[in-house]
Amino acid sequence: MKLDAKIPEGPLESKWTKYRSKVPLVNPANKRNLEVIVVGSGLAGSSAAASLAEMGYKVKVFCFQDSPRRAHSIAAQGGINAAKNYQNDGDSVYRLFYDTIKGGDYRAREANVYRLAEVSVNIIDQCVAQGVPFAREYGGLLKNRSFGGTQVKRTFYAAGQTGQQLLLGAYSALQRQIGMGNVQMFARHEMLDVVVIDGKARGIIARDLVTGNLERHFGHAVLLCTGGYGNVFYLSTNAMGSNVTAAWKAHRKGAFFANPCFTQIHPTCIPVSGDHQSKLTLMSESLRNDGRIWVPKKAGDTRHPNDIPEEERDYYLERRYPAFGNLVPRDVASRAAKERCDAGFGVGNSKQAVYLDFKSNLINKYGRAEAAKLGIQNPSMEKLIALGKEVVKEEYGNLFDMYKQITGEDPYEVPMRIYPAVHYTMGGLWVDYNLMTTIPGLYALGEANFSDHGANRLGASALMQGLADGYFVIPYTIGAYLSSEIKTKAIPTDHPAFEEAEKNVKSTINQLFSIKGSKSVDYFHKRLGKIMWDKCGMARNEKGLISAIDEIRALRAEFWKEVRVPGSADEFNPELEKAGRVADFLELGELMCVDALDRKESCGGHFREEYEEDGEALRDDDNYKYVAAWEYKENTQWNLNKEDLVYENITIAKRSYK
Amino acid sequence: MSGTMNLTLKVWRQKNKNDKGAFATYQVKDISPDMSFLEMFDVLNEQLISKGETPIAFDHDCREGICGMCSMYINGRPHGPLKGVTTCQLHMRSFHDGDTIVVEPWRAQAFPVIKDLVVDRSSFDRIIASGGFVSVNTGNTKDANNILIGKEDADEAFSAAACIGCGACVAACKNASAMLFVSAKISQLAMLPQGDPERKRRAENMVETMDEEGFGSCTNTGACSAECPKEISLEHIARMNREYFGAKFTSQNVK
Ligand SMILES: Cc1cc2nc3c(=O)[nH]c(=O)nc-3n(C[C@H](O)[C@H](O)[C@H](O)COP(=O)(O)OP(=O)(O)OC[C@H]3O[C@@H](n4cnc5c(N)ncnc54)[C@H](O)[C@@H]3O)c2cc1C
Ligand code: SF4
Ligand code: FES
Repeated sequence: MKLDAKIPEGPLESKWTKYRSKVPLVNPANKRNLEVIVVGSGLAGSSAAASLAEMGYKVKVFCFQDSPRRAHSIAAQGGINAAKNYQNDGDSVYRLFYDTIKGGDYRAREANVYRLAEVSVNIIDQCVAQGVPFAREYGGLLKNRSFGGTQVKRTFYAAGQTGQQLLLGAYSALQRQIGMGNVQMFARHEMLDVVVIDGKARGIIARDLVTGNLERHFGHAVLLCTGGYGNVFYLSTNAMGSNVTAAWKAHRKGAFFANPCFTQIHPTCIPVSGDHQSKLTLMSESLRNDGRIWVPKKAGDTRHPNDIPEEERDYYLERRYPAFGNLVPRDVASRAAKERCDAGFGVGNSKQAVYLDFKSNLINKYGRAEAAKLGIQNPSMEKLIALGKEVVKEEYGNLFDMYKQITGEDPYEVPMRIYPAVHYTMGGLWVDYNLMTTIPGLYALGEANFSDHGANRLGASALMQGLADGYFVIPYTIGAYLSSEIKTKAIPTDHPAFEEAEKNVKSTINQLFSIKGSKSVDYFHKRLGKIMWDKCGMARNEKGLISAIDEIRALRAEFWKEVRVPGSADEFNPELEKAGRVADFLELGELMCVDALDRKESCGGHFREEYEEDGEALRDDDNYKYVAAWEYKENTQWNLNKEDLVYENITIAKRSYK
Repeated sequence: MSGTMNLTLKVWRQKNKNDKGAFATYQVKDISPDMSFLEMFDVLNEQLISKGETPIAFDHDCREGICGMCSMYINGRPHGPLKGVTTCQLHMRSFHDGDTIVVEPWRAQAFPVIKDLVVDRSSFDRIIASGGFVSVNTGNTKDANNILIGKEDADEAFSAAACIGCGACVAACKNASAMLFVSAKISQLAMLPQGDPERKRRAENMVETMDEEGFGSCTNTGACSAECPKEISLEHIARMNREYFGAKFTSQNVK
C-alpha cells in the first residue's frame, strides 16, 4: 500500500492556516446526527471530546479508570512547551519546530511538527482561560522554566504537577459537556475491538469492567486516545493500567503501526529497589535545571556522597557536552548514565544509579539570590541552605516528598540516586496529517499515534502534542472525513460486523479462562519485560534482537498454555483485564524487536551498538530516513511500508550537543 | 532476608454490591520495608492466585500519589497512618514485624462498594459536571498574559487544585460529607478572575448536587483535612461557605 500522509501543498509557514480555512465544514444541523467515539480521557481524549461536543457532535467517551480525571496524563510532572517567547529569549514557532525535529534526530514529519509549534501558543491561552493555575511571577505574569534539548525557557508549569493541572482543565471542560448532555461518559469500560464495516471504522466493542457485559457502540468515526505502550517493559513510569490493547486491536484490523521500536528511556527515575517492584517513578526532567548529575571519579567508591569532595566527582554530562551540560536530551543523558554504570562507576547498593545533586544550586543559585533579595550580608552556609530549600520546595516540593516516601532518604540533604527507566513511546499508530490511521474513520491522538517526536521526544512536548491534537487539530481535520458522512445513518449494532467482533472478543475471553494453567499473568509480564529491557532497551544489537524474537514467541506460546486467570468473565475481574493486555503486549514486543532489527542505524532512543561513533548514535540518512509503518498480516507476520521523510525547510545534520 | 516482616492482614471481602461482605484473614511473609503497601497486596494476590483463590480487588493506577484511584482504609484511617500520603505511596517501613493490619474500603452511602476494596465514586464526577468548570469553549480565549494573577492568588488556587479526588475526606468524616472536595474546586475557581462570572451559580449548583448524591452535612470536625493526602486546607470550606451563602443571599436562581 502506498502511504499518503496528505500533507497540504504550499510553504511550511502557511500550510496549516490555509488548509484549516479550506477543510470542508459540517453544518450545525448535521453535526447533531454525527456520532464520534473517543476512547481515552487523557489530555488527548478529554480535549478532543470536549471540543467536538462544543462544536455540536454527539460524543461518547470511554476510559478504563473509574473517572476520566485519572488518565495517566495526570502524572505528568515537569511542564508543557509553547513558543510564546514571553521571556524574550529568542524563541519562536520556527525555533520550537527546529528543536523538536533535531531533538527527534530527524525522524519526524516537518509539516506536522510545524503545526504543533504553531498551535502551542493557543494551548496556553486555552488552559489559562479554563483556570489552570500555572506558576506565576509576583507581577502576575506567567513563569517559565527550561527543559532538555533547548536553549530557551519556554516551559510552562505548575510545580511538579503540570499534567494534573492540565488534565483537570480538560476534564472540567469534558464534565461540562457531560452535564449539558452532549457527551455520554463510559468510565470503567475497556475497548476490546474496533468494528470495521465496508473498510471504515464504525464502532467498538467495549467491556463494562464492573458487570463484565460486552457492549456494542456505533460511531461515524472512532478516535483512539489511549496513551503509550511503555508497560510492554513491565517496569516503566506509566500507570499500572497503561496498555496497548486499543491500538493493537486496531492494528490487527488494518491500522499500520509506525516506528514501534522508538522508545524513550528517561534518565532520571528512582532506581529499582527489589524484585517486588511494580512500577518506576519519574523524577521530572525539570530537576536537571537545578540538579547536577555526577558519579565518583573512582570506580567502586563506596563513600557517602556527602563525603566525596568536589574534585573527586565526575560531572560527566558537563564534561562530555559542555554546550548543553545537564540539559542534553533524554536519550543522550540515559546512555551516558548507562555507560558510567556499566564501566563500574555506579552508586548505591545496586551500583545501577548515578547522583542528581541539588546542593550547589540550593546554596549558590537560590540561597544567594534569596539572601540578596532579603539584604542578608555574609549569610552562613546554614542560612543559604535554608533559604534555597524554600525556593526548591515551591518549584518541586511534591517531587522531593515523593522521593523521600519511596526511598526513605531526604533529597534536600543527600543527592538523589537516579537511573534511566522506560517512560514514553514515540512509536504508535501511523497517522496522516489529519491524524487518521490507515483505516478510514479511525483516528489516533496523543501518545497513541506515532506522532511528532521522531526517534526521541523532547521534555514537555507530549503534553503539548496531546492538547494540540485534541483542542486544535482534530476539531478541524475530522471535518475532512465527516463532511462526506452526513448521509450515513447510524448503523444498528445488530449488523453482522458487530456480531462478529463481539463473538471474537468473547471467544478470546473464554479461551483465557479455559487454560487454567499454573502461572499468574504477572509472571509472564515480568518475563516479557526482562527480555525487552535486556535486548530491546537502551542498547540493542542484532544478535540480541534475533534471540529476543525467539524468546518472545516461546513465551507467548507458554502464556496460552500456562496462564491462570481466576474468577469469571461476568464480574469485576482485574486479573482478566491484565491477561488481555499482556496477551497483546506479547505480540507487540515481537514487532518492536522486528522493527529494531530492521533499522540498521542508531537514531534518538534507538541505539544499535553496531552503529555508533565515539559513543554517539550514528544515523544513516541514505537508507533509513523513513517512517517504518508495519502492516499486520496474519499470525504475527508483518509487511513493512515506508513513508519517506522529506526535509524541505531544515538541513539535516549530525545531532550535536557538545 | 534480614529486616523483612511477617504480617497478618484482615481484609474486607465483598463479592459485589449486593453481597453482605465480611473480613477475611491472611498471612504474608518476608515483606521488605522498601515495598509499597500495594506491592505488599500484589504479593498477597499472587499467593491467592497460586492457591486457586480469588485475588482481592482494589483500585490503583498511577502508584505515585497523583491519580487518586487508590483508596484503602487502613487500621481505621483512610490511606493509613502517615500524614499527606496516599495508599500507594505508603511504604512498609511504616509497619513492624508481627503487626496485624486491618484494611477496608471507603465507607459512605454515596460510595457504594463494587467489590472488595473497590467503591463507586462517580458521584464526584457528577458534582464537577454540575459546575466545577469555567464555561469557555475551545478557541474562545485571549493571550494568556492578558490575565494577570498575583502570585499569592495563583499559589492559593493551585493548592486547592491539588485535590486528587480520592474521596478520603468523605471516608474520614463521620457524616460522610464531601465538603472538602467540593470546597477545593469552588475555592480554586473563586480565587481566579476566570472563575468570577459564574461563582454564584457554581457554588449553588455544586452544593445542590452534593446534597442530592447523598453526602452528609458538614459539622466542622476537621477530620477530612487531617486525613487528606494532599493536605487540602479547611480554609477552603470557609471560603466555600462564604461563596454559597453569598450566592443564596443574592440569588436570582431561587429554587
Ligand atoms: C510520570 C510521567 C511524567 C510525565 N511528564 C511529562 C511532562 O512533564 N511533560 C510532558 O510533556 N509529558 C510528560 N509525560 C508524558 C505525557 O504525560 C504523556 O505522553 C501524555 O500525558 C499522554 O496523554 P494521552 O492523552 O495520549 O494518554 P493518557 O493520558 O495515558 O490516557 C490514556 C487514556 O486511554 C484510556 N484507555 C487506554 N486503553 C483503553 C482501552 N482499551 N479502553 C478504554 N480506555 C482505554 C485510559 O483509560 C486513559 O483515559 C510524562 C509521562 C509520565 C508517565
Ligand atoms: S480533598 Fe483531599 S481527601 Fe478529599 S478528595 Fe481531595 S485529595 Fe482526596
Ligand atoms: S494509585 Fe494513583 S494515587 Fe494511588
